[in-house]
Amino acid sequence: MKKYQYWLILVALIIILVIVPKPLEISPTASVIVTILLGLALIWVLVLTIRGHLIGRRVVFLFIGASLALPFFMNFEMPFKISPEVKTLYDALAKLPPGSKVLAAFDYDPPSAPELQPQADAFMAYAFKHDLKVIIMGLWPQGPQQADMAVAKALRQPEIRAKNLRYGVDYVNLGFQSGNEFVIQRMGTSFSGMFPRDIYNTDYNKIPILNGVENFSNIDFVFNLSSGYPGTVEWVQIAVDRYGVKLGAGNTAVQAPSVYPYLSSRRLTGLAGGMSGAWQFELATQEPGKASTYVLPQTFSHTVVIAFIIIGNAALIVGYRRSKRGEA
Amino acid sequence: MKHQIPMLILSAVGTLLVVSVFVPSAQHWGEDATLYFDIIAVFAFFLGGGNLIRVHTEKVSHKSAGWIYSVVTLLGFGIMLVTGLFKIGNPNGIAGDLSKSGSYFQLLFQYVMSPLNSTMYALLAFYVASASYRAFRAKNTEATILLVAAFVILLGRTALGVLLTNWIPAQLSVLQIPNLAIWIMNAPNLAGQRAIMIGISLGVISMSLRLLLGIERTYLGGDS
Repeated sequence: MKKYQYWLILVALIIILVIVPKPLEISPTASVIVTILLGLALIWVLVLTIRGHLIGRRVVFLFIGASLALPFFMNFEMPFKISPEVKTLYDALAKLPPGSKVLAAFDYDPPSAPELQPQADAFMAYAFKHDLKVIIMGLWPQGPQQADMAVAKALRQPEIRAKNLRYGVDYVNLGFQSGNEFVIQRMGTSFSGMFPRDIYNTDYNKIPILNGVENFSNIDFVFNLSSGYPGTVEWVQIAVDRYGVKLGAGNTAVQAPSVYPYLSSRRLTGLAGGMSGAWQFELATQEPGKASTYVLPQTFSHTVVIAFIIIGNAALIVGYRRSKRGEA
Repeated sequence: MKHQIPMLILSAVGTLLVVSVFVPSAQHWGEDATLYFDIIAVFAFFLGGGNLIRVHTEKVSHKSAGWIYSVVTLLGFGIMLVTGLFKIGNPNGIAGDLSKSGSYFQLLFQYVMSPLNSTMYALLAFYVASASYRAFRAKNTEATILLVAAFVILLGRTALGVLLTNWIPAQLSVLQIPNLAIWIMNAPNLAGQRAIMIGISLGVISMSLRLLLGIERTYLGGDS
């Protein structure tokens, strides 16, 4: 294919996406047919590989693109199972009585938003609906802005809007503070020392929600959304181990395995890991959002990745047998 | 003196931070020391920004390979810096919050930076799939175990895992793919992660001791 042909396909796809009525959703029967066709195409690739025709990486990209894009238009009822770590996270939140003060630490930036923003949205909506007082902060510069987006989204819900929540009384955004784990350490003795003003430049002592909040002992629960350093590991090592904070976390799929030791030692109350964790967290909090939409493309793409690993191994076996035959 | 003074500073600050953790009355020493970290971090921001401008300006002026991308970098850096510093378009003016909705900085963050960053991250899906196809091979027993574990985790983290093994009776529920994935995370993964953590911690302790005692001097430069 010539280079301009790829551009033509791209432009055609954009035009189709723009002109088709939205939300575009195909029927369950059509969804099954599309899935079967995708499966047959993969089997065809497997047969080609066994017959000695190795495929290029563009074919892999095409299948991944299709498996990520097509499920957005499909209509499937998906079975679900809430994992123990998400359940304990939800249970810890559910145990908090109305008026509890929850510190929400947003330690991530836009690249991790597809996995973590749905968790932030679900958490914020749940907290507001259950009258939890939310104190937002970030150890990553863009974290508080991600929090702002989650707050704005939650406040658009009619049930939450009806509550007439007020900034400074029901929630506050203290913004970003540099210093990584040292910020957590200093918050152990004085919140106001680390955050003398909120993002609107209001003095810490003049913010009603922060009255009586001196350090971690005045916080009922910490919810950390993290995609790296500084993040959940630092919160556990300093806030939990040294100040006895109750901590729940939402992590990216890449980071989640590294915090499992803290779950088994109960340093971490609960964990929502990756897109799957976000989906389960949305289901547990009954706040369906983007993760519930994204999980179907994730299911398809994981299946395609597994299929290509099998195809790759089939190529290995075929190559091995051929070379053996050649030697004989 | 060129080497002794930095070593002395390092030993003094390091010892102070260790003491502040174990002696409650000395806790505020450690907290005061962390303030200096913040001050140094501010200089790092300036250094980082300055270095970015220098490197990319050189690339543009020499018309090195890919210089056009350096122009984009410089433009992006400049636009974000100016809109952020002068709070252009901010409804509350220069005294308003940086992330106030309506400000150009917030608009750029929400509609340019956020989607671009997410796109870059999303591209990983394609490269991971391609790399898995080419490199994830069951060449020996260890690789096969890894491959099987990867399959279980990949399926266990999706609805397909539930769908495929939901028929397994409750008595054998451990064989359901999502439960197998949980077991892999809670047993082999946990053991491996703990071993890594303990190893890293021991390494950090020994390296810290070497630094505090002045045995480790590589941070001073090649001629030390």
